Formats: sequence, structure tokens, C-alpha cells
Amino acid sequence: MSLNVGVLSIQGDVHENLISAQTAIDELGIDGKVTAVRTPEEISELDGLIIPGGESTTMGQLSLVNGSMKILKEKIENGMPVLGICAGMIMLSNNASDRIVGKTDQPLLDILNIKLERNSFGRQKESFESDISMDSIGIPKFNGVFIRAPSVSEVGSDVEVLSKFNDRIVAVKKGNIIGTAFHPELTEDTALHKYFINLVNTSKN
Amino acid sequence: MLPLSGERLDAKGIVSDKINSLNTLRGSVTVKRGFAHMLKNGVVMDVTTVEQAQIAEEAGAVSVMVLDKLPSEVRKAGGVARTASIRIIEDIMDSVTIPVMAKCRIGHVNEALVLQETDVDMIDESEVLTPADEFHHIWKWDFTTPVVNGARSLAEALRRIEEGASMIRTKGEPGTGNVAEAVTHIKKVNDELRMIKSVYDSGDNQDLVRIAREFKVSYNIVEQTAKLGRLPVVNFAAGGIATPADAAYLMSLGCDGIFVGSGIFNADDAKERARAIVLATTFWNESDKVKEAQKMIDERQSMIGLDVKTLELRMQDRGGSS
Repeated sequence: MSLNVGVLSIQGDVHENLISAQTAIDELGIDGKVTAVRTPEEISELDGLIIPGGESTTMGQLSLVNGSMKILKEKIENGMPVLGICAGMIMLSNNASDRIVGKTDQPLLDILNIKLERNSFGRQKESFESDISMDSIGIPKFNGVFIRAPSVSEVGSDVEVLSKFNDRIVAVKKGNIIGTAFHPELTEDTALHKYFINLVNTSKN
Repeated sequence: MLPLSGERLDAKGIVSDKINSLNTLRGSVTVKRGFAHMLKNGVVMDVTTVEQAQIAEEAGAVSVMVLDKLPSEVRKAGGVARTASIRIIEDIMDSVTIPVMAKCRIGHVNEALVLQETDVDMIDESEVLTPADEFHHIWKWDFTTPVVNGARSLAEALRRIEEGASMIRTKGEPGTGNVAEAVTHIKKVNDELRMIKSVYDSGDNQDLVRIAREFKVSYNIVEQTAKLGRLPVVNFAAGGIATPADAAYLMSLGCDGIFVGSGIFNADDAKERARAIVLATTFWNESDKVKEAQKMIDERQSMIGLDVKTLELRMQDRGGSS
């Protein structure tokens, strides 16, 4: 059976993730397709989902509108692998507050037990790229692109830290759930997307 | 993956720092253009006060653009329109979590530097304000903060990208509530993209050189854009969008997102309209949802709007020839 991977297409850089994930599938020689998904019906048929970067407040509110929050949560809790990037990781979390504005009441999926600080590194002028490593999943060097990025300030006991930038947690994993503060889809390197696709493939078979 | 066409690695705006033992790069093409990619499929709303910015955020805007006056008011007031009060920009930055943009005058390097120092997330070098330089735009490679520019044609868009713009939007005709000019501009850009792509595909390099000369840009950027078949940066619609259906229409023409200027906060139903335009932008290809969005607004409360043919001031012509 062919893998069915979706990119949540509400707002943000959907297209870039479609390309990175499809490239990863092709390079791995796996039979599968990546499509933009939005409706509960489309989501219910997925084997794996990427929640892309964008504005988490916008994405959360609009996912509520079309009824995809509920099915998303169910699918992920039942083991569907998910990669949440930046805003996507914020949506997966259960506790997000802004560095300046403080606690916000944006809708969250409440799946990943992490405490997040939004816009943690500062505003856009402070956005940066830097090499990071995710040794525990076999990616020793990766170009991390951080755009008004969040960071994780606390993780639950069931959450593994995949990467830190200096003392700040920038990638986490809990079972089939991966969250990153940086944007792998903005680089040419498909290592993380490949790791995710393998996770989806293993989980399906 | 981002197209890095036209990248200048020696740009002054690129800052390399060492944080503890880690090397970081700020203001690189990936970081600046990448920011615009995060706004895709979203709505950027013009605001003049903290209250409006909060309404915009609650409505689901991906960013707000701070002005002293809405474009339609700029039109009425006449005189010289300049960048907004820094205090108001800072107050808005402190009260919303979404990115905050502000406009500077075309060519006004120091207004842009002030905005960069204020830490706005993006600078709009905008024809809505009175141009400070009739012959040049800002050399945007000198900035760490990304800059967005307006364009009416592919030539204008590529000139701005060569100057370092990280994002393009149509100019439309600001402050009119009339979407016709924005439609013309995006269609022209799309037509010209198709044209250069077909020239590229035919292998006629000599004709690409001719096009580069006509566009007043380098051969390289024409070739790279032709190969891509689209602009190497995110391209939004702007100028005259007033209703949810307007937003959906421009999205259907291939725009990556929407700027709404006077359309929301000049209407009497700003809150509902803000929300409705966000919905129509997200779900532009689902006609039942666009209808629901359109139903949320009352046409009797839309801004009256202006016929572009009767305008004394065509903002879109500003900075157009350079």
C-alpha cells in the first residue's frame, strides 16, 4: 500500500513542505504521495501529517472553523506520526506563551507535554540560521533556520529532547510526534523529512 | 526549499555572530525570504491603533501593517505622507504576538533604518507614502530586516528583487476599495512569467538578453525566474481589496496572500469583515465557504470606493519608472 502523507493546508509554507516530503519519499524509494489536506475526510485517510510553519494563532483559529482540530487530535493520539514545524509544534503543545505579550489563549491540540515560549529568540531581525545536531536520530549536522522561532522551556518526562541550540531546546520527540522550532523545509537538506517519512512507513507496516 | 535567485552573499544586511561557540547568520536570503513564506495564505491588515491591531489578530491576520493613516485617509488628507509614529508602532508590537510591519517612503533609507532599529518584522517601501527619492528605491541588501515592495509588472518586481526585496505585492490602487488595478497587475505579472518561461524553454538565450535589457535587470535574474516559472519570492495581492470575494478572487489568480488596507477599518463592520476576509483567503477555492464569508459582511457598510479612472493621484505610478 502506498504511503499517504499530508501537509496541513490552512496557512503557512505548505508548498515547501510538499516538495521536501515528496523529495524525501522519492529519494528513499518508497511508494507514496504527499498532498495538501484540510478537511476532516482528507485527514482521516492519512498515514502521516506535517503541520507546517506559519502563524500559529491564525492556523489554530481556522482549524477550529473547519472542524479539523478534533480529527487531528484523535488521529495523532491513535499513533499517526506527525511533524510539527515552528507554528506546527506550537499547535501540538499544551502550553504556549509569548516572550513579550505573555500567556495567550490560542487554540492548541494539547498533545505534546511541553512548555513553549513563542518568539523566543526575538523579532524577525534576530531570526537566524545556524548548524545544529540531532544525534539521537542520526542527523549529526543540520542547517537550522529559525524564523521568529519558539523554544521549548520545559518538557514532560515522556518527551525526548532531540536538539538544543546553546541551552535552549529546539527539537523534541514523543513516540511518533516530532516538533521542531526551525524550518527544515526551507533548506535543501531532506534528512529530517526522510527520518519522518521512515517513521510513517514503519508505523504503517 | 527556497529559490535563492539573485542572492548576494556579501550583502551588508547579513550579520554573522558567534553565540557561545555557535556561528549564526542573520539577515541571510533564506531567513529574510523565509519570513515571507510563513505569511503565505494569510492576510496582512493595515492598522492605525492598538485596538485595531488586536481586532486584526483576533480575526486571524498573519501580520499587521502600522500606518499613521489608512490609505484612503492619506488620499483625502493630501500633503506629505510619512512613516507612522514610532511610539504607536512600539505599542502595537507590545500588544500582539503576530508580526508587525510598517511602511517607509520609497527611497527613504533613513526612515527604513529607523524602522529596522524599532525592530519591526518587515518594512514596506510603499507608494502609499510620498516618495522621498523620485529616481531610486532603497538598496535593501543593506538591511537585516526584510523589505516588501509593490510591483505592477514583472519588470518592476524583478528590479525590486535585485535591490534586495524579500517579498513582492501588487500595487493595485491603494485606498480606493477598487480591486481592478490589483487584478490587472497580478495578471500582467503572470502573463509575463509565462512569456519568459516559454522563451527559456525554447532555448532562445538571445531573446532572454533582450528581455533583461527591456526590464532593466540582469540577465541572471531573468534566466533564474524564467526557469522557475514564478517569482523567486512570495507574491501577495494589495491595493483596493475590500470584500471576502475580492480576496478569494486574487487568491484564485495565484497570489500567495492578501494585504488589506482601507478595506477593513474604513468599513463600518470592521470586526466581522476582518474575520470574513481571513476565511475567504484561507478557503478561497471552496465556494460555499467564500459565500459564508461574504454573507458575514454587509455591502451597505463597505467603503464607498473610487473609480480609478477619475483619480487625481495614482499612487501606483510612484516609483514605477525606476
